[in-house]
Amino acid sequence: MAETEIRNLTLNFGPQHPAAHGVLRLVVEMDGEIVERCDPHIGLLHRGTEKLIEYKTYLQAVPYFDRLDYVSPMCQEHAYALVVERLLGVEAPIRGQWIRVLFSEITRILNHLLNVTTFAMDVGALTPTLWGFEQRELLMEFYEQVSGSRMHAAYFRPGGVHQDLPTGMLDRIQAWCEQFPRTIDDLERLVTENRIFRQRTVDIGTVSGDDAIAWGFSGPMLRASGVAWDLRRAQPYDCYAEVDFDIPVGKTGDCFARYLVRMEEMRQSHRIMLQCVKALRSVTGPVSVDDKKISPPLRGEMKTSMEALIHHFKLYTEGYKVPAGEAYAAVEAPKGEFGVYLVADGSNQPYRCHIRAPGFPHLQALEFMSKGHQLADLSANIGSLDVVFGEVDR
Amino acid sequence: MTEDAPKLDPLAELAAAIERGGLITSRTIRVGELTVETTIDKLIALLTFLRDDRDCLFKQLVDICGADYPQRARRFDVVYHLLSHRHNRRVRVKVATDESTPVPSAAAIFPAAPWFERETWDLYGVWFADHPDLRRILTDYGFDGHPLRKDFPLTGFVEMRYDDEQKRVVYEPVKLTQEFRRFDFLSPWEGVRQALPGDEKATKN
Repeated sequence: MAETEIRNLTLNFGPQHPAAHGVLRLVVEMDGEIVERCDPHIGLLHRGTEKLIEYKTYLQAVPYFDRLDYVSPMCQEHAYALVVERLLGVEAPIRGQWIRVLFSEITRILNHLLNVTTFAMDVGALTPTLWGFEQRELLMEFYEQVSGSRMHAAYFRPGGVHQDLPTGMLDRIQAWCEQFPRTIDDLERLVTENRIFRQRTVDIGTVSGDDAIAWGFSGPMLRASGVAWDLRRAQPYDCYAEVDFDIPVGKTGDCFARYLVRMEEMRQSHRIMLQCVKALRSVTGPVSVDDKKISPPLRGEMKTSMEALIHHFKLYTEGYKVPAGEAYAAVEAPKGEFGVYLVADGSNQPYRCHIRAPGFPHLQALEFMSKGHQLADLSANIGSLDVVFGEVDR
Repeated sequence: MTEDAPKLDPLAELAAAIERGGLITSRTIRVGELTVETTIDKLIALLTFLRDDRDCLFKQLVDICGADYPQRARRFDVVYHLLSHRHNRRVRVKVATDESTPVPSAAAIFPAAPWFERETWDLYGVWFADHPDLRRILTDYGFDGHPLRKDFPLTGFVEMRYDDEQKRVVYEPVKLTQEFRRFDFLSPWEGVRQALPGDEKATKN
């Protein structure tokens, strides 16, 4: 047999590959079918969010957070609202907090429905996506009913939420909650025991608990590796301390465990939603802090009160000033720990606003997870990472 | 911040414990968050101490980012956020540097560090010594400058468009049809504070 020279193959994956979940470009070095090195090139969706925020008032910065991870917008507004509130030294009123928790959990289901089903699509199943998107559409209607927008809500504002829930909202959410478990059951019947799905995900991209911590994992990625850590429980914000839920923890740390953790988290979010609906039926009062220098006056009030009109004008032109200082607030976003590090200089604009996106360290670990796996497993790994490039590239 | 009040005590203890190591130059606790500052030569020793000490165990590097203060002699801050799952605590480490002084890379202590350091290099131009692979990460291939510096304009210097004649994208200097407008809304909220002519008559009897 003639001697042949064997050369590693360098493969360009993306940036417009359907399994790349957005604009990810991977330069993969392969030995046959085996991934030897994989270098993610990111930044193709970089929009300079952090720079733009430095040129906006605190209120104008809110909508930028919707556009980071466009699959879970409200959770990111939440982190920003919390960090500004921390510097202002105010706390959202209790009804506002319950509404925020309710919509954070709606957001979590929105996110997990998308991730779990597109992950299944990455490894060959088309049906779950179609079923999941039907439910997502219903949830986005709730977004629209409170904020007027299906995705880019700008609903959580520093100090609370923008407006109270419209009439009949709680009944509609309750009705949705009653039918939702059936969808989860259907998805589980379709995917969890599916032989192909298991062949593609079990023992793929296994990460131990210690590695997961060292690589900066958070959220479902960390919990799937057996670390019981959830910011909603460990460092509760708003009224998460008052709701009752379980934290699913994976055993194996592979792609399949990450899938299972996300499925169970949806059931837990559903449970929290029901508790929020119950609480919101009895908790009344304002939804935003009762400080007219921070939260805008009601529309009706502006028609009769000169002072309310002045407040409205000042808030939407100059905005409010935040005392100088720095703070970091993190929330348990569906993808993991989403944090905002804010430096204020006492003016009406943030001096520095750094966004800590959970997907960034997750994607960094892709090479670590995929080394030695086959090329087809690479797309399973990307699917299980749950990355969205809006937040990774910022 | 009512929940934070009982937590402040252990935080102060932790701050004192870190200070006993002699690796920090200052410590502050504000809005329930502990910030320690250190110098470039002691940074790696401090991060290792924070990771391994029994009372600290900050095993997770959450974030590294830069911040620019052009009026200072050492204009950049590199900010590290660490999290201890064991003790359920966070700490922020800050180190100051300038354009030419490299900061030692934390890649050997925390595997999560390289990308965050690449981002800081890309956006601020802070150089990290002993970094395994210090390339730009977020900006375009062939980008020039460090966009998050305060002296970098919001609009940037080049713009990109698809040229139909050349059938490729071309880069050109930024052309704005109208100047970038920045309104000064910083009129004082409470109204005019300085004395107006004639005000002295109001207090005179």
